[in-house]
Amino acid sequence: MSVPMGIETLDYEFPGRRPAGHFAPVLVGVVGSGNLEAMLEPAPTSTCRFAVQTSARGFGAIWKAVLRDFQEHHSLAGVTVSINDMGATPAVVSLRLAQAAAEIE
Amino acid sequence: MNAPTVWDGQRRSRATRLKRARSVCAGKVVDASQVGALLHALIEPGDRVCLEGNNQKQADFLARVLASLDAGAVHDLHMVQSVLALPEHLDVFESGIAAKLDFSFSGPQGARLARLVSGGRIAIGAIHTYLELFARYFVDLTPNVALVCAQAADRAGNLYTGPNTEDTPAIVEATAFKSGLVVAQVNEIVDVLPRVDIPASWVDFVVRSPAPHFIEPLFTRDPAQVSEIQVLMAMMAIKGIYAEYGVQRLNHGIGFDTAAIELLLPTYAEALGLKGRICQHWTLNPHPALIPAIEAGWVKSVHSFGSELGMEDYIRARPDVFFNGADGSMRSNRAFCQAAGHYACDLFIGSTLQIDLAANSSTATLGRIAGFGGAPNMGADARGRRHASPTWLKAGRQAREGLAGARGTPRGQKLVVQMVETFREHMEPAFVEHLDAWTLAEQAKMPLPPIMIYGDDVTHILTEEGIANLLLCRGDEEREQAVRGVAGYTAVGLGRDRRMVDNLRDRRVIQRPEDLAIDPRQATRNLLAARSMRDLMDASGGLYQPPGRFRNW
Repeated sequence: MSVPMGIETLDYEFPGRRPAGHFAPVLVGVVGSGNLEAMLEPAPTSTCRFAVQTSARGFGAIWKAVLRDFQEHHSLAGVTVSINDMGATPAVVSLRLAQAAAEIE
Repeated sequence: MNAPTVWDGQRRSRATRLKRARSVCAGKVVDASQVGALLHALIEPGDRVCLEGNNQKQADFLARVLASLDAGAVHDLHMVQSVLALPEHLDVFESGIAAKLDFSFSGPQGARLARLVSGGRIAIGAIHTYLELFARYFVDLTPNVALVCAQAADRAGNLYTGPNTEDTPAIVEATAFKSGLVVAQVNEIVDVLPRVDIPASWVDFVVRSPAPHFIEPLFTRDPAQVSEIQVLMAMMAIKGIYAEYGVQRLNHGIGFDTAAIELLLPTYAEALGLKGRICQHWTLNPHPALIPAIEAGWVKSVHSFGSELGMEDYIRARPDVFFNGADGSMRSNRAFCQAAGHYACDLFIGSTLQIDLAANSSTATLGRIAGFGGAPNMGADARGRRHASPTWLKAGRQAREGLAGARGTPRGQKLVVQMVETFREHMEPAFVEHLDAWTLAEQAKMPLPPIMIYGDDVTHILTEEGIANLLLCRGDEEREQAVRGVAGYTAVGLGRDRRMVDNLRDRRVIQRPEDLAIDPRQATRNLLAARSMRDLMDASGGLYQPPGRFRNW
């Protein structure tokens, strides 16, 4: 599969039932090949919003499925998740997000 | 009246060839400059020739000489060799010296081989497993001439093949006992060998090669490159399969996935109280990644297909674990180790490139003809096996529960585990609807798609999403959903029937990490018993000497 060059920006928002309240921003992972950096910050919303910047274009459907499953499990509300991705696999994305969620739960 | 039957034609042919060779050299020891003339004297058009191409060591000097022969005099050879590793292994076809090929594995030459086959330059007899090809050496592919590789010879022609004995005994025995001719290249000629691996009476000529033979460290995996996901999968393998079935006798593939398991034995598995209950007997090359487990007292025995560069001194210092001669050095033997892996191991675990909905698995990719070496023998139930073990019996019971008649008759089954991340690098899915193997079979006009491990031999698929136990599946539909159920976010995984997958999970056909009480967040590199090449060296007490390319300090 050839992956076109250039960054793709993706945005998803899912409702959540568990308000995170106030918390110090959490940063997990590193920006490196096959890896990603995810930052969780409090937001004045009743949703969990994901702002994804990824170097691997054309995988929006997979991102949506991964993030929806994460949110089904954690049901975060009042959180913005900013992701800088360098071609991480869904396995790594899920692991990083689980690590980050553990820090605020 | 019929002419009298000749019963010693092969022996007479051998005598004729040896007589021609006498004009080149008088004794067994040949000068390197004479080898071209010697091969011209020994080899006749249409001969079956085994040019020792191993998985690791290569008869590279003899390969260069063979490729440089006059194709007007030596042509239409039928090459029978396990591995095509060097350019010369294919040069002989391009120059017309050879025409037909029977082999096992062509890793680095796979793409060029495919081009030569489609261009009509090579007729492939068949692609074999190692054990299969060795078997045919003794049936209908016996070499007329074998060009082999040894560490050293004495002046009588005895050979010391040492740690990397590999294929040599099988090749030489088949050739020497059917009136064939054996030529060996050696790194040195000495007065007294450490030990005799091949007796002089089976060897016709020895030549000291101008440079030591090429050898490849194929089984060294730098722990620094083991990922957290591989740690997670290794935790699942240990807890969900090794502990579950009490696996004591096993073979590992060569990838980072299984290296991670080796590196978790003295840490994670030890903490689970599994020492002595799993992983005591191995058929395995001397993987450096196994050093920490050996040092922690986990391992009782390791028999090897070949050796591994840098491990010689470590192996020498651990004779209770490895198969070492009275001289102290190891002797590997690919034929025996393949037989051991097939008949005496209860589990094989390895990786692959593609798995389909029937759990067929293959590393074949378009535009390459590569073969599978030993994997199909390791990754297949040994239908001829008759000795029982608790592991084998448990797998057999799971597969036969509720069945009657011949299919329900009690017997055991080997555990065959395919361990893959759902996506490989560059987001290539490991799960596919159709293997590339099918297209490749059409393109190269193969009689069968090149499947590495057949789905009906695969007992478990392990991904970061969980373990699918195919022994418990009843029917093709359940099997397909079990595959989809651990295929994650690949198209195959997203196409699953959620209700059926939930049902399979309730029945423990599919187990997620949390079903095994494994928290993915605990899967960190801190669990690895060694996290770098330096750690492996230190764990060995300085006995393991990694090749230069693996030293970054």
